[in-house]
Order: sequence, then structure tokens, then C-alpha cells
Amino acid sequence: MKNLKIALVGQPNVGKSMLINAISNSKLRVGNFSGVTVEKAEVSFDFHNHTIKIIDLPGTYSLNEYTQDERVTKDFLENEEYDMIINVVDATNLERNLFLTTQLLGLNKKMIVALNMMDEAKKEGVCIDEEQLSSILGVPCVKVSAVTKRGIGKLINRTVDINSFDQESSKLVFSDTVEEEISNLVVFLKEKKYKSELSYRNLAIKLLEEDTKIYKNMHAKPIWTELLPIIQKALNHLYIHYSTKDIEEIFSQEKASFAKGAVLETVEFKKVDKKSFTKKIDSILIHKFFGIPIFLFFMWGLFQLTFEIGSIPMDWIDIFFGSLGEYAKTVFGDGELGSLIADGAIAGVGAVVMFLPNIIILFLGIALLETTGYMSRVAFLLDGFFHKFGLHGKSFIPLVTGFGCSVPAYMSARTLKNDRDRLLTLFIIGFMSCGAKLPIFVLFAGAFFSEEQAGNVLFIIYIMGAMFGLVSAKVLKVFVFKGKDEPFVMEMPKYRMPSFKLIWHTVASKALMYLKKAGTFILIASVLIWFASNYPKQPELEEQFTQKIEIALSENEKLELSNELAETLLEKSYLGTIGKFSQPFFAPLGFDWKLTVALGTGLAAKEVVVATMGILYSLGGDVDESNSGLIDEISKNIPFPVAISFILFTMIYLPCLAAAVVFTKEAGGYKYLGYLFVFTTMTAWIIAFIGYHIAQIVV
Amino acid sequence: MISLADLTTDEEAVILNVKAQGELKERLASFGLRKGSVVKVKVLSITKSTLEVKIGTGMIALRFEEAKKIEVERI
Repeated sequence: MKNLKIALVGQPNVGKSMLINAISNSKLRVGNFSGVTVEKAEVSFDFHNHTIKIIDLPGTYSLNEYTQDERVTKDFLENEEYDMIINVVDATNLERNLFLTTQLLGLNKKMIVALNMMDEAKKEGVCIDEEQLSSILGVPCVKVSAVTKRGIGKLINRTVDINSFDQESSKLVFSDTVEEEISNLVVFLKEKKYKSELSYRNLAIKLLEEDTKIYKNMHAKPIWTELLPIIQKALNHLYIHYSTKDIEEIFSQEKASFAKGAVLETVEFKKVDKKSFTKKIDSILIHKFFGIPIFLFFMWGLFQLTFEIGSIPMDWIDIFFGSLGEYAKTVFGDGELGSLIADGAIAGVGAVVMFLPNIIILFLGIALLETTGYMSRVAFLLDGFFHKFGLHGKSFIPLVTGFGCSVPAYMSARTLKNDRDRLLTLFIIGFMSCGAKLPIFVLFAGAFFSEEQAGNVLFIIYIMGAMFGLVSAKVLKVFVFKGKDEPFVMEMPKYRMPSFKLIWHTVASKALMYLKKAGTFILIASVLIWFASNYPKQPELEEQFTQKIEIALSENEKLELSNELAETLLEKSYLGTIGKFSQPFFAPLGFDWKLTVALGTGLAAKEVVVATMGILYSLGGDVDESNSGLIDEISKNIPFPVAISFILFTMIYLPCLAAAVVFTKEAGGYKYLGYLFVFTTMTAWIIAFIGYHIAQIVV
Repeated sequence: MISLADLTTDEEAVILNVKAQGELKERLASFGLRKGSVVKVKVLSITKSTLEVKIGTGMIALRFEEAKKIEVERI
């Protein structure tokens, strides 16, 4: 068995992920590149005596360091150990794709070019002579289609083949001017019989490109004194010829013309009269007037779906965990252990798992937006609007992702290159209420509004959060993040039918992540909260009340007394003590100590807020049979203005511990987390205060 | 001298010069926005803040501010 490590490289939107899926059905392992949070996907499988490992590198338009994704790719290609490159190119957009290919050729690694999307190319009348292209590039080119799976077998066969042959030197040719200087240098190196691992030609090219590593290496050698004047002369010739001293630009132009030439010689465009699919859809979706309303309609539909369809399995899950808790009590008894498991662990985790359907639907919607190519259109439509608030059209992507979960949202802010723009976006992602806040909103919307209204209320909550975010962005932009904006240049990929497999993969991994959180972090938090709310025990108090209840005359009186006992116990518990201690700060917002405690636990994770409320409110209400659900408890115990104030506060304050950690990493330091905490808590407090008083006047 | 920002929908032009520096220039170039490329304006957004152009077979979106840095000649 031979090991073969392959780097999969390509520009964004060329179908790399789909290709890696088509190559191997074995499970895609998703991790991170060390040190950074850029996603790293790899597959391993056996083929003809080889163990092949393919690493999917982040998409990059060229080998530069414009975004963090691109830095990761460049760094991997230049510094890591690997056997060869599979360069995935979009056959329908060959010229631009080949620009990256020409840069990859300069790496002097074994390489194979996968001409992907051949099915689409055929439809568009693009004919590629891959034999000819192979001989121009000096590396094999294979036509494939990740969608129809044609050519995949051939690609792997060729990959294994070329691995067993020696590497051919690259056939990248430059213009006569550059070639002349290269040959001058090569002649000199030959005459000096200079010892080099690189071929003389490659060495000469790198010298002309002003490759830092080569210069570092060579300037300590005796040959340097003689070499330097030759290089200087060569560079001067190039400067004059290209009327610029920017050597990078010169070579960039050279490579672009090479790519252009390659396309001219190998690609034939047959005229297809039909207006393309993408153009047809674009004429509607990015229409001057209809574009934005259509987008808003989509978003509204998504939230309606989340609420309407999501509620069906939610009921089942609720019933399941309810009976599971009862079953646990029959197994472990009504005592301490039974209460710990049923009221603490199962109730807490159940309250979180209940919202899994909502989260799946929301992530499904976001994944669809992304994979179909609509996301870029939306960025295009919204840039004008976002730019007014000091944001970037691309900020839209992290901000929308923020509606799902702040953690990936913080990570996706990386596509924003300018530090100020990125920081600004990072600071307001929290305003986009994440999936974990959804349970809280659903709970309150259900408790205070009719079922028909709940969907609309939810929509308003989300829109309002977004608007607060925009206003804050403007404020921050004017006072904190002053300076030049990042340019807005982005590709508009073709519309594509989403791949079921890819979407399934994304949604399933998000759902799993959520469940994992429920199973570990929230389980522990639930048990802790249960403990804090049940201890220290008050045996004397309990005895007093038991006696009182025994001598009570009516059933009603007994009920009142036992409720009073539960509440007093809770008040005297650790949790109650903490709540009471911090309550003065929240008193102007109308929060009692229970809500204060719920908010505090929400700093760990927003899912815990609902779990905490479940524990805090069901204790006093278990006795009454007619109000079984938490929703009823809440509508009974919390006045409407307080509910509004609570929703507003939740909307804005820090999302969760995990998000805080990721934010710190992305923003580049703990001091930013400090700023974020102060900024969000203050804003939340002020807005909740205003909302509380307005609601009091209105109601 | 006119820039890409002066064109209207469906006008075609050849790029004469990209007056950007450093990374932006490189970025534009990797999208095909370089001297000698032929571009065609496809969509202008309603507020004239962004525009979509066709280069070769690909579509690129950019802001008017950046488009102003790209000198072109109508063809």
C-alpha cells in the first residue's frame, strides 16, 4: 500500500465540495486547519493499492493573501507536505479559472486538472479540446462532472498513474520579452555550474518574480555578486517593456495572457441562442424594483415555515420527554435522585431538544440560499443599503448566518478583508437573533399572543433586532471604526440546483452540533441549575409548612400553602440568592429574581434560559393540573410589559459562551470581548428600559 | 476619459487602465478586470451603488466607487 496525499484546489463556486463527495462516498471528515478556524474537509479511501487522502482546501481566486481562507490555502500549498494537486476548474468559465492554474504550475508539484461541470459546458455550447489543453499546460486534464459523476473514475485512475511517473517540468511559457531574460539567466547559471534543487529555468523565473525565499537562500552564496547585475539588467528591461515597476503586476499579466492564449487555442464556443437559465432568473431576482421585495418575501416565508411546520414535531418531542421524565421517576423514585434526573437533566435537555425542528428548518433555508447562488445576489442587492450603515454587502452573509448561530457567523465574517469592516460586522452579529434565542421568543410569543399572530410576532422580533443592529453599526462606524471602506468586488456564481447530499450534510452537521451542545454543555448546566435551585435544603421550613398544610381546612388553602412553600424554598436557594443579589440592576426593567436568574444562566447558552425557566416556574405550578405547560405558567406569572422588556433584553445581550470564545478569536483579543460585553449589555439595558415603559403606557 | 461607472446597461467596453493599487488591483485582476479585458454592463442597482458586469463567461459585482477606478473605452 502506498500513501497518496492530494490537495484539492480551485476557485470558489467550481463544485469542489460536490466533486469530493462524488469521488468518495466514505465519510467526509470535517475539522479545522490548525491554529485557525477555517474548515478543513478530508476524505480517505483505498484504490488500487493506494491509500488516497484528499484534502479540500478553501476556495481561492488566486494565490494571494486577500482573505483568511486564501491565506490558509496558500500556506498549505507552499509549506505542507503533499504528493500532488488536483486543480478543479469550472469548464464554463475557463479563462478566469486557468489564471489560478498558471499560479499553481509555478509551485512545481505534480498536478492534474479536473475540468468540472462538463455537463453544463456542453449545454452552453462550450467545447474543450482537453488533449490540446493538456499539452499546453504540461499537466493532464480530465473532463468530469461532479453532478452526473462522469469522468470521476478516469480522474482517479490518472491521478494514481501520474503519481508513479516522474514529474514533468511545467510548460508555462511567457512572452518573448520575459523568455529572453529567463534564458539569459539560465545560460549564466549553466556556465557557473550552479548547484540547485530547482531546475535552472524555474530558478530563473523565481529570481525574476523576486521570490523572497530564493533571494534569502542565494544572496549568501558566492555566485550572488555576479548574478545581481544580470538580474538588475533583466528587471530593467521588463520595467521598460511593461511601463511599470510592479513585478507582481507584470507576471500577473503574463499569466493572464497565457491563460487567455490557452483558452483561445482549445475552446470553441458554439452559439446557443437560448437565454441562459441564470440570466432568466437574474432578470427577476435582481430586478431593480422587485429584487428586494422578493428577497424579503423569501425571508418571511422561511420564518413562517420555521414556526408553522416546526411546531408539529415539537409537540411530539415535548410529549416524549414528558413521559420519559415520568418514567425516570418511577425507576429512580420520587426522592432526590428521581428529581435530579427527571426535573434537572431530562427536563433541561428536553426543553432544548424540543427546538431542534426549528433549527433544522432555519439552517436548511440558509444552506439553500448559499448553495443555489442566491446569497451573492442578495449581497449585490443589499450593498447599497448596507453601505449606508457603514457595512459591506458581504456583511450580509455573516449577518444572515447570525440568524442561525453566531458561532459560524463570526467565522464567516472572515470574507471581509478590511479589519475595521470585519470588526464592525462582528460587533453587530449578536443583534441578529440566533437559533438558540428562538426558543425564548417562541415561548413568549406563544404565551402572550394568539397562535395566528405568533409567526408574525416572531418575524417582527427578528426584523427589529436586525434594525437595532444596523443603527448600532452606523453609530459604531461614525464614532469607533472610522476610516476607509473595503472595496466591494465579488463573483456572481451561476444559479445551480442544490445538491441534496451537500445540503443534507450541512444541515445534519449543524443539527448534530446543536444536539451535542444539548447533550453535554446544557446537560451539565441543567444539573447545576437544578442543584442551585434545590439547595441548601430547608428542613425546618418544610416541616412548618407540612404541619400548616395538614391542618388546613379547604383544598384551596392546601394548594396555596404548598405553592408558597415551593416559592419560599426557591427564594432561599443558591439560585434565588444570586438572583436577588443582581436583581436591583434589573429592577428598572421590571425583572423579578427569577427572570434575572434566567438571564444570567443565558450567558452560558441561550438554550439554558428556557430550561431554567422550566425549572423555576414548574416547581410552583406542578400541583395545579389545569396549567400543565410552561407557556401557561409564563403568561400567568409575567406581566405583559415585563415580557416585552425581557424579549428586548434577550434580543441584544451576549449570545453564549461558545460564541464569546469564537468572537474573541476572530476579533483578535480579549479586550474586544470586553468591549462587546459592555456594548451589548448597555444597549440591551437601554432598549429594554424604553420598551418596558412604552409597553406600560400602551397596555 | 470615461470609467466603467459611466456605462449604462448592455454597453460594452474595453479596459484601458485599472487605477487601483496593491491588493485591490490584484483582486480585480484575478476576476479578469485587467487591461485589455472586454466588459459588458448587465445590471445597475436601483440606487446606482452597485453594478454587475460580464467578463468572458463570468459575472462580477462591484461598487461604483471601484468601477470609477477602471478606465474604459466604449466599443
